[in-house]
Amino acid sequence: MREIFNYLKSVFFALKSLWTGMKVTGAYFFKPWKIVTQQYPENRKKLQMYERTKGELVMPHNEKNEHQCTACGICQLNCPNGTIEVKSVTVETTDGKKKKVLDKYIYNLGMCTFCGLCVKVCPSDAIVFSNKFEHAVFNKNKLVKTLNKEGSTLKKGAE
Amino acid sequence: MPFTFSIYDFTGFTQWIDTALRSACSPFWAVLWEMVIVGVLFLAFYAVVGLYLVYAERKVCAFIQNRVGPNRVGPYGFFQTIADLIKLLMKELIPIKQADKLLFNLAPFIVIITSFLALAAIPYAKGLHPIDLNIGVFYIMAISSMGVVGILLAGWSSNSKYSLLGAMRSGAQIISYELSVGLSLITICVLAGSMQLSTIVEGQRDLWFIFKGHIPAITAFVIYMIAATAETNRGPFDLAEAESELAAGFHTEYSGIKFAFFFLAEYMNMFIVASLAATIFWGGWMPLHVPGLEGFNHVMDFIPPVLWYVGKTVVIILIMMWFKWTFPRLRIDQLLTLEWKFLLPISLVNILIMAFIVLMGWYIGL
Amino acid sequence: MAEEIIIKEADEQEISINMGPQHPSTHGVLRLVLSLKGEIVNKVEPHCGYIHRGIEKMTESMTYQQIIHLTDRLDYLSAHINNGAVCLAVEKALEVEVSERVKVIRTIMDELNRIASHQLWWCSFGMDLGGLTCFFYGLRDREKILDIFEETTGSRLIQSYYCPGGLMADLHPNFQTKVKEFIKYFRKILPEYDELLSGNIIMMERAIGMGLLTKEQAISYGVTGPSGRGSGFSCDVRKHHPYHAYDKVKFNEVLRTEGDTYARYMVRMDEMRESMNIIEQLIDNIPEGDYVAKMKPVIKLPEGEYYQRVEAARGEFGVYIISKGEKNPYRMKLRSPNFSNLSSLDLMARGNKIADLVAIGGSLDYVIPDIDR
Repeated sequence: MREIFNYLKSVFFALKSLWTGMKVTGAYFFKPWKIVTQQYPENRKKLQMYERTKGELVMPHNEKNEHQCTACGICQLNCPNGTIEVKSVTVETTDGKKKKVLDKYIYNLGMCTFCGLCVKVCPSDAIVFSNKFEHAVFNKNKLVKTLNKEGSTLKKGAE
Repeated sequence: MPFTFSIYDFTGFTQWIDTALRSACSPFWAVLWEMVIVGVLFLAFYAVVGLYLVYAERKVCAFIQNRVGPNRVGPYGFFQTIADLIKLLMKELIPIKQADKLLFNLAPFIVIITSFLALAAIPYAKGLHPIDLNIGVFYIMAISSMGVVGILLAGWSSNSKYSLLGAMRSGAQIISYELSVGLSLITICVLAGSMQLSTIVEGQRDLWFIFKGHIPAITAFVIYMIAATAETNRGPFDLAEAESELAAGFHTEYSGIKFAFFFLAEYMNMFIVASLAATIFWGGWMPLHVPGLEGFNHVMDFIPPVLWYVGKTVVIILIMMWFKWTFPRLRIDQLLTLEWKFLLPISLVNILIMAFIVLMGWYIGL
Repeated sequence: MAEEIIIKEADEQEISINMGPQHPSTHGVLRLVLSLKGEIVNKVEPHCGYIHRGIEKMTESMTYQQIIHLTDRLDYLSAHINNGAVCLAVEKALEVEVSERVKVIRTIMDELNRIASHQLWWCSFGMDLGGLTCFFYGLRDREKILDIFEETTGSRLIQSYYCPGGLMADLHPNFQTKVKEFIKYFRKILPEYDELLSGNIIMMERAIGMGLLTKEQAISYGVTGPSGRGSGFSCDVRKHHPYHAYDKVKFNEVLRTEGDTYARYMVRMDEMRESMNIIEQLIDNIPEGDYVAKMKPVIKLPEGEYYQRVEAARGEFGVYIISKGEKNPYRMKLRSPNFSNLSSLDLMARGNKIADLVAIGGSLDYVIPDIDR
């Protein structure tokens, strides 16, 4: 007799546990306002990424097309996998001294691991991470970017 | 009580078509044309309902999981299944070397034909009952048992060890659970006094059977829901096809339109099982009547019976989908334990209790 | 995907089957060669190495600041905790004292990472068993933690946030409010997880009594973390060798003695609650101070051997550095918790069915890149 009682008790326990599980999912079925999907290409205008999101390395230029990179090459030394290449040329300044000036700052977005060491060690705050994240291209060569713009010069007083 | 919903009675309409055809040509051709009309209607019904059940499943699944589901192909993703169907139709039919070609090609057709045959015996509204056999329930049970043959043929003829394994498991599962389905249907036949489906529906005129035969009917309903979900290889009992461990089940080797047949047959089986539950437990096309509340009954009668039928079937289908998306899967030995050690003894005891209640007259209503 | 090599079908009907490198249930690229007799598993042989990237060798040519971004990618679900191990080893070797603020922030980030990792474990465990909705619920809640990480560190999964001496950047001003909101939200949701999966009769039938690992076996195989604590092996590094700010907070070490899949499951669910307790104790009292100590630009460890162990989400993660006084380590060895945990899979799966193997693997919660390094 006790076995029949245990049997029935186990049946009721099983059904009750199943019903509690069903209540959870059933509750979500009737609450469509809890849907978390974002309709991506349609909501691009309103989409706001966080300011610190590491999307891409950029070299900010001010209105006079000046950047702050002194071509010291510390970022290139610190980058773990050779993503950055700093090409500099030596020019003669007005006082006759030879100075290194940035020619091209080549950054390979395809190889970057976004570790942030280059931004951390730069002594003149020349490079920062921007939060643009749409980088899909069809040709891998387009991922190798030159960060300094055409005709830009070093900002006065940056060193 | 008076037959208050005669405007929704389709017998007049079908009689009119019958007399029109018989006057136009000889009786042989009239019957043939009737069969063709009914056949074409059913084909269209089958295809459309099958397609939209797949869409409904994806949407229900998405809402349960806090996401949107298909919403790009057509308004609210309405044409998603049609796009999937076109894709499946354009796929290459991969011929298997050393597979038994006749059986390999025959298996999907067997599965579809059995579900088609079962569809014909269900009452959709008063007068819209294609075949009204006096052994209606027995006929449907027999036809759905034939579906197992299709699955076993599919597994055997694929010439693959994993398909065979999956087919054997699925076959064992379906054969075991048919017992419970049959026994729970018999419980209600005991209450109704007949196996004819139209009699069963008429007998629920005063109160649906699930309320009339209180405890045993509710137990029979719960057992039927569990066993029917297992019979259609759905929900927590879908190890034969969602077996992500080793094989993809008996339809691994099928591609293109043949796979579409298996897929469609599964959803239509779910529809048949749900409409059978709606007919036998919840009154079919009979509106909800409460004995004693005449005004309430009159109001309920204004809703067309077809709508009642569709509504009840849809609710039961939603419950089956709810099962699938909530529970984890059972292992094969747990599945068989559930049937043979729990569902079967409880069904047998349930029939005894129901017979006792019918004898003593202890049911609610007339 | 599943090939079949029939080895000795003649005498015992035992067949050998590949659960190949691409499989939905082995979380990652792991090849398991199973010897089956019908449906019972006789032997499981894991073949790892499909994602070996040579991280330990790469560290021999990198400076200590550059090694941090490599340790992120080992067990990517406990990225912060792995970073912490290398930073602590370097700071211990150089005898640099980091400020209290750094210690408290590191503790909070570690515990948030632990919760996120356990959430992902819960989703994939539910999915392996067949309850597909669990996957979406777990991920939905994990998004909140990832948003918190992104606001402060800039990335969601692989952050490289710690550096020897402190942190890469200070906390975002919204950090405290967001963490408090998350804790309030998650405390309400966690009972739902229990209702959906833990109390479910189907899941209990599949998990209770399966995959037994006794305490002695756990100790001898080196199974640490929640898997070891499910067998009664008290191995929480945060209690026995406290680091960061763990000696200042009160929390329980969750131990269960049954050693089956269900015990490991419940240990992880309770650990999520303990992590929330730790965060609640710390979040209001973050001391002021520097977020990075003064370090030389080029870090050279003095000659010698240094070891540091931390409690990653899956077990004890250890970093062993041999330094010859230069700016690169001479040899860095990483003790990965998943490697030892995986070695006990064979023992636990014998005599069970294939379906149980998937559940046992899910409860061990291995991440393959950590095994292969």
